[in-house]
Amino acid sequence: MPPAASDQLGVAEIFRAFAKIGVTSFGGGLVAYLRDALVTDKKWMSEEEFLAALEIGQTLPGLNSVNVAIIAGRKLAGPWGAFAAASGLILPGVVLLLVLGLLYDRFRHDPDVAAALAGVAAAAVGLLLQVTLKIGAKQFLNLRDLCFVLGTFYLVAFQHVSLPVVLFLVAPIAIILCRPGKLKPKA
Amino acid sequence: MKDLIKILNVFCLLSLLAVGGGSAVLPQMEHETVSLQHWVTGEQFATIYSLGQMAPGPNMSMVALIGWQAAGGAGLIIALVAFYLPSSFLTYGCSYVWDIFKDNPWRNSLQRGMAPITIGLMLAGVHAVGKTACINPDRSLHFNTITCVTALAVTGILFAKRINPALLMLGGGAAGWFLLRGH
Repeated sequence: MPPAASDQLGVAEIFRAFAKIGVTSFGGGLVAYLRDALVTDKKWMSEEEFLAALEIGQTLPGLNSVNVAIIAGRKLAGPWGAFAAASGLILPGVVLLLVLGLLYDRFRHDPDVAAALAGVAAAAVGLLLQVTLKIGAKQFLNLRDLCFVLGTFYLVAFQHVSLPVVLFLVAPIAIILCRPGKLKPKA
Repeated sequence: MKDLIKILNVFCLLSLLAVGGGSAVLPQMEHETVSLQHWVTGEQFATIYSLGQMAPGPNMSMVALIGWQAAGGAGLIIALVAFYLPSSFLTYGCSYVWDIFKDNPWRNSLQRGMAPITIGLMLAGVHAVGKTACINPDRSLHFNTITCVTALAVTGILFAKRINPALLMLGGGAAGWFLLRGH
């Protein structure tokens, strides 16, 4: 059961708060938007609650931002709160994507549009590369981690090993190598 | 109808395999939707992915456009629901019982062990999109040089400066329009 006090918070209000992020978060970085809205603006969560939600969201499958929205929405108003939060976050972007998709379908054979889209697609690759290098900085500098980074990359990109195989065969090895007691205590 | 069930299967599985955020499933998504199901071409996949980076909201909502290319409006809705609902249910359920294993030492092992694998998967994601968006064997060397330089320029600029990536996507589009027309 959700906490009793939060039952007073309307589902519509939750949807509005998350939809505002869903509309304005051009360029990604949703977790920061969520923190600003939930902790600073609305004071619906404490900093600790937010970090706990983020930790769950990062550990479990699914997008971190959507998972945090589910946990925050649940805390505020139970299942409907979770639904309102996640759909508020997701739907505005989908509407815009649909418009972009319609335009793409209509104009993709236009040489000007095709040239511009090729540039956008190339830029998106650069963005993903930067994000990967940035969040992986620690892993690239640790020899054992680097072996797993490159091994996974090689298996998936060039041997076309499927994701379930990687997660059920390679991941357990990596996790066991990091088993409790094996890790250096955090500095 | 068969297509819709296939869409449901593919994206439900991807939802539950999306460890460490969304980008880690990109290679598998590309393999499923391009090579196995032929819902989109490699080039469409790269374009749809980049449109997804331009729109606000979670960056993997672009699955909606793949579902739409595969099976119209129904495909769009099923792809979205299938990609977001399973992981959301799991999170919803687990957030109740989280406290039980919050202090379990294996949780740290799981996170430490999974981190390099997630990075490897993301690198494979760069490869999955980049092999058509940047180094495309069907394009001229000139074209591929420009797309590679564009991508690396974006990477470099983002390391050097805090700038909204959506603006860089637009910049990439302008560069493409200016330099790639007629190639």
